[in-house]
Amino acid sequence: MGYLLNNPSEVGWLLWQHLQMTSITLLIAIAVAVPIALLITRYRWLSVPVMGTLGVIYTIPSLALIIFLVPVFGLNATSVIVAMVLYTQVILVRNLTVGLSSIDPAVLEASRGMGMSPWQRWWWVQVPLVLPVFVAGARIAAVVATAIATIGAKFNAGGLGQLLFDGIQTNRIDKIWAGSITVAVLAFAINALLLWLERRSHPTRKAQTK
Amino acid sequence: MHTGDHIPCSEFLNLSCNAMGSIQFDQVTLEFSGMSRPAVNQVSCEVASGELVVILGPSGCGKTTLLKMVNRLYEPTSGRIYIDGQDIKRLKPTKLRQKIGYVIQQSGLFPHMTVADNVAVVPKLLKWPNPRIQARVDELLQLVKLPPTEYRDRYPAQLSGGQQQRVGIARALAGDPAYMLMDEPFGAIDAITRTALQTEILRLQQQLQKTILFVSHDVDEALRLGDRILVMNAGQIVQFDTPFNLLTQPADPFVHELLGADDMVRQLGLLTVNSAMMALPDNYQNGSKPTVNAVDNLRDALSLILKTGAPELSVVDQDKPVGLLTLEHIRSYAAEANR
Repeated sequence: MGYLLNNPSEVGWLLWQHLQMTSITLLIAIAVAVPIALLITRYRWLSVPVMGTLGVIYTIPSLALIIFLVPVFGLNATSVIVAMVLYTQVILVRNLTVGLSSIDPAVLEASRGMGMSPWQRWWWVQVPLVLPVFVAGARIAAVVATAIATIGAKFNAGGLGQLLFDGIQTNRIDKIWAGSITVAVLAFAINALLLWLERRSHPTRKAQTK
Repeated sequence: MHTGDHIPCSEFLNLSCNAMGSIQFDQVTLEFSGMSRPAVNQVSCEVASGELVVILGPSGCGKTTLLKMVNRLYEPTSGRIYIDGQDIKRLKPTKLRQKIGYVIQQSGLFPHMTVADNVAVVPKLLKWPNPRIQARVDELLQLVKLPPTEYRDRYPAQLSGGQQQRVGIARALAGDPAYMLMDEPFGAIDAITRTALQTEILRLQQQLQKTILFVSHDVDEALRLGDRILVMNAGQIVQFDTPFNLLTQPADPFVHELLGADDMVRQLGLLTVNSAMMALPDNYQNGSKPTVNAVDNLRDALSLILKTGAPELSVVDQDKPVGLLTLEHIRSYAAEANR
């Protein structure tokens, strides 16, 4: 705790790096997951091979996966971010496809029969109905990414992992404590924020609070 | 909808010039791959403006498929469909659909939108100004007997099945379409609510005069609602006629069986008291006979005779006695109708 209080700017900087890695990961991961999920929903036969591949990627230890990527992207944050994007796909894609396929077919048929264009059906009907499930997936993905990003320090990417690895190497328990506590608080904070968003995005929220 | 515009006749067909508000099917066939026979096979018929036609038939007869070709949810393999005398293939599907009210069995209301927002969808697609949309929403909720102040801001999950279907009907009427397609709209609703909703449809239809295609597999519903009934089997039209003619002159054993044409009581339900009654004798004195309305059906009259045990009923028209009705009148009229 002492280290944390005595070096607020250093910890703050590492926290900022950590947060940056996590949010960039999340943005890219969502941008990749949405089209994949749409393809799977459209062409059902893709589901098994795609979900299978993403599941296999998820089982590779993160350290090994990043090492694997270093020759391609270099010893930097990029390798770490690419690895985290790959990890979070299985979570995001699964939640999106489950959410999309759980929309009542009668609702989709009604929207078509009433004369909505595919674009209007997407924004007026599918997005609002899939949003709570999607945000739930994004929340889990964000927490997973926060955890994996700690390893980034080993690959020159900075972040709160720096404190942990330094602490281990120099036998400084206070640094290890500072790193662990900050990562934990960050994970809790992200989780709470997205949980709040998830509740807010629930389609009949207003009805329930009335 | 009925403007004075000149509507050109179709160049391809000998269609009536009075095409506004009508639906015409010309040799419409739809084959799904991997099926032994076409789902809809060479269907040709015409639904007149302001007519309520029930498409009746067993499951898999192609009735829903036929309906969904009108708003192009399915495209026919061959043949043409015209609305307002215009080939629907020439219209953009979204534009076509916005002109046709669509009601489906499970209501298909948008669960994340309030009742008002659900009803407002088509007016929004048609880009009506907002005050007009709000006024229209309230007007329609009033029309389907859901007081706007109470129901406007509710979500579909907070409504009963019958109320949801009322909203479904209001939503379909929102853009003031000349046409309505109703795909077994009351199929999943309990019997009592269903009867109430059928009464609503008859009332609305009297008021609004839409051209309605109504899919049903319920014979009593078809007989009650249809100006004419299109009986389908195995993708083809078996008979297209008024309820009474279907019952008294079924085209083949299938129609006979499907409608239960031997059911005399069912037939009586389609005949009105004033067609069977006898005029008042000169020295008529009312006494205390049970009364029946001239426009009631003979089934209700028969029920009243059996219930009260009275030998004759006094027939009234707007509270004035106009005739007498006995069991013998009902019997002989029914026999005559079946000759």
